[in-house]
Amino acid sequence: MEDWQAAGFGLYVHWPFCQSKCPYCDFNSHVAAQIDQRRWAEAYIAEIKRTAALVPGRTLRTIFFGGGTPSLMEPETVEAVIQAALSSWNAANDIEITLEANPGSVEAARFAGYRQAGVNRVSLGVQALNDTDLRRLGRMHSVTEARAALDIAQASFDRVSFDLIYARQDQTLAQWEAELTEALRLSSGHLSLYQLTIEDGTVFGERHARGLLRGLPTEDLGADFFDLTQDLCNAAGMPAYEVSNHAKPGQEARHNLIYWQAGDYAGIGPGAHGRLTRDSVRFPTAAERTPGLWLAAAESPLGVTDMEHALTPEEQAIEYLLMGLRLSSGISLARLSAMLTHPYPATAIDDLESLGLVHVQEDVLSVTAKGRPLLNAVLEKLVGAL
Amino acid sequence: MTQLDLIRNFSIVAHIDHGKSTLADRLIQMTGTVADRDMKAQMLDSMDIERERGITIKANTVRIEYPAKDGKTYILNLIDTPGHVDFAYEVSRSMRAVEGSLLVVDASQGVEAQTLANVYQAIDAGHDIVPVLNKIDLPAAEPDRVKAQIEDVIGIDASDAIPISAKSGLGIADVLEAIVTRLPPPKGDRDAPLKAMLVDSWYDAYLGVVVMIRVMDGVIRKGDRVRMMQTNAVYGIDKLAVLKPQMVDIAELGPGEIGIFTASIKQVRDTRVGDTITHERKGCETALPGFKPAQPVVFCGLFPVDANDFEPLRDAIEKLALNDASFSYEMETSAALGFGFRCGFLGLLHLEVIRDRLEREYDLDLITTAPSVVFKLHMKDGEVRDLHNPADMPDLTYIDHIEEPRIKATIMVPDEYLGDILKLCQDRRGIQLDLSYAGSRAMVVYDLPLAEVVFDFYDRLKSVTKGYASFDYTISEYREDFLVKMSILVNEEPVDALSMMVHRDRAEARGRAMVEKLKELIPRHMFKIPIQAAIGARVIARETLSAMRKDVTAKCYGGDATRKKKLLEKQKAGKKRMRQFGKVEIPQEAFISALKMDS
Repeated sequence: MEDWQAAGFGLYVHWPFCQSKCPYCDFNSHVAAQIDQRRWAEAYIAEIKRTAALVPGRTLRTIFFGGGTPSLMEPETVEAVIQAALSSWNAANDIEITLEANPGSVEAARFAGYRQAGVNRVSLGVQALNDTDLRRLGRMHSVTEARAALDIAQASFDRVSFDLIYARQDQTLAQWEAELTEALRLSSGHLSLYQLTIEDGTVFGERHARGLLRGLPTEDLGADFFDLTQDLCNAAGMPAYEVSNHAKPGQEARHNLIYWQAGDYAGIGPGAHGRLTRDSVRFPTAAERTPGLWLAAAESPLGVTDMEHALTPEEQAIEYLLMGLRLSSGISLARLSAMLTHPYPATAIDDLESLGLVHVQEDVLSVTAKGRPLLNAVLEKLVGAL
Repeated sequence: MTQLDLIRNFSIVAHIDHGKSTLADRLIQMTGTVADRDMKAQMLDSMDIERERGITIKANTVRIEYPAKDGKTYILNLIDTPGHVDFAYEVSRSMRAVEGSLLVVDASQGVEAQTLANVYQAIDAGHDIVPVLNKIDLPAAEPDRVKAQIEDVIGIDASDAIPISAKSGLGIADVLEAIVTRLPPPKGDRDAPLKAMLVDSWYDAYLGVVVMIRVMDGVIRKGDRVRMMQTNAVYGIDKLAVLKPQMVDIAELGPGEIGIFTASIKQVRDTRVGDTITHERKGCETALPGFKPAQPVVFCGLFPVDANDFEPLRDAIEKLALNDASFSYEMETSAALGFGFRCGFLGLLHLEVIRDRLEREYDLDLITTAPSVVFKLHMKDGEVRDLHNPADMPDLTYIDHIEEPRIKATIMVPDEYLGDILKLCQDRRGIQLDLSYAGSRAMVVYDLPLAEVVFDFYDRLKSVTKGYASFDYTISEYREDFLVKMSILVNEEPVDALSMMVHRDRAEARGRAMVEKLKELIPRHMFKIPIQAAIGARVIARETLSAMRKDVTAKCYGGDATRKKKLLEKQKAGKKRMRQFGKVEIPQEAFISALKMDS
């Protein structure tokens, strides 16, 4: 068995367009006036076929439409892409097909079409349950629209998740407690709860660097927000299965589990990353980021995907640690040692275990609830010992 | 060879910034010694650091030909001396090579502490002194007040002080004329056996060791076999020259003349400043009195930031030491900082100059540990040991008592800051020896522990007086005091590079300041870290660095793996700049900042 098979194989499709750019977002997204959806569909299809030729015969467990704002895609575009994927690989019986959607009224009108196209799960970018904060986050929708979109989505799809951003400017713990309690009531089994992160190269990043972004929590208050989030979700029966993702048992995002469990994934679309194993050698792929250039490359005979530089054993191990330890379920030490071709040094683990930050049970290394808010420091230590 | 009565040898005494180097430049320029197009500012300060800092470190010399008003052409030899206290030994030996001094005082500033120290050296060397008032064209110039101050404070006649502006060239002709008319010619006997004083020596990349001499008696010629009377080594003179300031070969040097020679000498250390040079055969009977070699008084550790730079650092230090016999070094190992060198310096400025040169000329990144002085440990068995490094402190049970070096410090300060200065000196365990006034400036003399001065005395002095105080010192004696070694413990582990010797009464305050600073400098870890200052087993100050509470990336999906992995790889590489202490990683900047010395 090849290593990736422990987690399976999925397809990520990146739609790079948005109606407007949010000030906190550092994803590869662009605002364009005119998009020839037919042409884009053809380009995606061509790339899927090329990728399938590189890794043929796979069982496709998941498809994920991310962005950008994939709910700007016409249902026909989505359907064409799904069909290309299903005909290129063998679809699993329980294939999960997720689409990220903006919770606005226009998008909600397309939900039936997406379901028709084969989408069976949506992830809504609700982000906040009060209009003031939605405006500060640069979102175009209102809370009323978001609630309506959530209702329609829950009626249209088997599984629905939504995102919230917390530890926002000037947010208090009491406000977040009320908001998250409401969210848990609205949820049908999956929530992504992200602490607001100021990234370089964003509007917030720029403002932060100039000292103009006020009201952000200190490290200690940020930790209090995180702790409160865990407490409320645990009480509601939706514990964190990953740092920022909460689900009722069985409702986890299977596509994302492929990333966190170091499976293989094809990344199609501008700036999309993939990991593909051929003859037991794992390759990272990274597509051209600029939409126009990606489109031109996809339409050329050579295509986009470049599989020149394989991951070294150490790089594979680092990725497995940094992705896998985000999961409450942890990683397999046997798998880690096999990637490295030698046993992972035990001393670093012992030190962290004595601090109560990680836990080892038989083959499984996991980060404890105490260690999770310090994951970067834990990883630094574990990677440093490689 | 020049007739004795046509030679004048002199030096210039001045406080830093009072215009010594500018005056030297003018003298050189006005006599046409250097063509205008070759003239660069501060002609005699040849090191970059000298020009940048506006200070003179090495003594330098220039031979000027001056056609005087009496129709005769005189040879004027100027030895430009360092002004800073650290290089006082260099001043004193240079003074012995000449017969007179120009005392340059800034007419707007007046006499400063440094001027005082140097002018007394000139008086001790038996010099005739011509006072010169510089910057006379400044609106703030008060020539009469400054003349009175020269008479009151220094005790020499200033009635015919020469008013000049070295910057504009005003009065330079009068200075040249005064050198000829008011300073004495040298004495000497051309027919006596050769007797020359070794004034200085330095290493030149092309010529090897260059020796500067002042001939007292006899004549030295190219090709002569000469003997150094202290070392008894014999050399053949390869090259004989005068400095104008570039080298110009000369056939011979007679009594009263100053010049240089080379003689295939390998190292500067083979030459002893103050040694007497005579002919191998028919040499002179008695040597000149000679000088006491300069002793390093301030010590610190120099470590490479990158452990791989240890060998380049060793090479660089060896090269610098070739040219600076007053700088000492030995290898040192620190648990915190790895391999490095314990180095001895004449003072803080000397330390900084050497460190700057290592970093700049040899492109090294260095960590400098806290400067400390040499303590004398009187052991119970009667032995007396020198302690250069607090980390080497033996067990207290073997020590009878500890002595530390004391200095006699002279501080000149405008009246309004006197109170602050007295408080500063008291705080630093000073004992007042004298307090007098010259006009609105006070002169205080304190007996102070050198250890307190190397800590951050200059900085404090500058800040409490807004830069208006001047300061100079001489080492006076070793004296017993209640001295202890203070250790710093981070997470219960002693950090050797942070330990220091302190007076028992000052230990709490120093320890508190240190642990508070370290708390700011050490990043939070995954666990809480006690930071303590201790004397022996007794903790005298403590801070706790609380544990890190949150450091986690909120979003990490398929597209983030590559970026996050690169970040972790970078962090792994960045570890090289951290020093591991038990379980605690201390960034190198923390050592530098915690031990930051004043400049």
